[in-house]
Amino acid sequence: MKELKVSAINKGTVIDHIPAGRGLKVLEILNLPKDSTILVAVNVRSGKLGRKDIIKVEGKILNEEEVNKIALIAPSATVNIIENWEVVEKRKVEIPNEIIGIIKCANPNCITHYEEVTPKFKVVSRKPLKLKCHYCERTMEEDTVLKHLL
Amino acid sequence: MRFQDVISIDDFRKEDIDYVLRVAERLEEELKKEGTLKYAKGKVLATLFFEPSTRTRLSFESAMHRLGGAVIGFAEASSTSVKKGESLMDTIRTVENYADVIVIRHPREGAARLAAEVARVPVINAGDGANQHPTQTLLDLYTIKKEFGKIDGLDIALLGDLKYGRTVHSLAKALSYYNVRLYFVAPKGLEMPRHIVEEISNKVEIVETSELEAVIPKVDVLYVTRIQKERFPDPAEYNKIKGSYRVDLKVLEKAKDTLKVMHPLPRVDEIAYEVDNTKYSAYFRQVWSGIPVRMALLGIVLGVIE
Ligand SMILES: [Zn+2]
Repeated sequence: MKELKVSAINKGTVIDHIPAGRGLKVLEILNLPKDSTILVAVNVRSGKLGRKDIIKVEGKILNEEEVNKIALIAPSATVNIIENWEVVEKRKVEIPNEIIGIIKCANPNCITHYEEVTPKFKVVSRKPLKLKCHYCERTMEEDTVLKHLL
Repeated sequence: MRFQDVISIDDFRKEDIDYVLRVAERLEEELKKEGTLKYAKGKVLATLFFEPSTRTRLSFESAMHRLGGAVIGFAEASSTSVKKGESLMDTIRTVENYADVIVIRHPREGAARLAAEVARVPVINAGDGANQHPTQTLLDLYTIKKEFGKIDGLDIALLGDLKYGRTVHSLAKALSYYNVRLYFVAPKGLEMPRHIVEEISNKVEIVETSELEAVIPKVDVLYVTRIQKERFPDPAEYNKIKGSYRVDLKVLEKAKDTLKVMHPLPRVDEIAYEVDNTKYSAYFRQVWSGIPVRMALLGIVLGVIE
């Protein structure tokens, strides 16, 4: 597994420790530009998680806001910023104060299911995860949130 | 102007509520002296009732007329282009050209918030599904304040279906801003949701019980709501508890002299008619409260009243 060492790119972002099987979903949520060079490794053996997924984005430094979008589905992920083959910054993803898009409201009678509008949620609590729909004001807990990924 | 729209009671801080109640009080005085007022002269209110609620609509329309303004609108969705499949957002973008303020009632939760985001004119929520009906809460508070001259220091019981009733949820949250003691009186299975109790229990004293009788002598306000038969999986269970939550003269025997009974109306049989003409009944004055409170809200969001 040496070829997957995080420092193996010149410049870019490596998202490590994604729960195995969520890598492609994370990629979808990141919604990176079409011309990006991206490497996705799935089911990589890892001491910590057993198996994990890794995403490398070459040439692009992702900012906190861009990466934090994945915190809902990959709370264990770590973000490594690479410059000149070196890890210059390492951080954990953090759930932002507001979630826009990414998930849909669990309330079937919420107006967001009937109109062309992006779902929006306020993060009421991070641990345990609790979100409140900006529109219908219903709250969702972690297991419900994960069932409602867009 | 302190707020643009009236969507959810959760958006209101205590000082916003007190401000609305003060403006309403002032307008009620002016109404008594002058009859119809002129604050909203030349302004148009659109009442968009995607589901019927005649009382609420008439109350808003009466309030706008008494402010000197004009009213347009529809009373149910079937008579509009909504039936032809028009989106709520398009309806709002159309109507905002006709009106200076929009009052909306809609069967889906979140509809009023969305309408307010889309509209260039202020929006007032007159009920969005099971979610919010903030003007009801404000008029409930106004009624209490009018009956007692204050809200602080009172013992207030909320009675009936506390689980599904959005009216009592909003009222409980709003009352938690004040120095009151709350009694939640509900049959087993219809108790106040835990998340609401948790949210307010650090601000007010709460007593939860299923026994109305024990609570009656202690309270200043008895806020009665309906218990719907459909909420009980077993009809026998409903028949068993039904009688014990009906407010009649016998139930009120041990009440304080100054007790006021309130109800958001319409009632079915949860308050006996014999209570209507007693010193206890405040529910028809509560209906009147809707007028000054809605006048205040219309005037504030229109920017014609300070
Ligand atoms: Zn919702």
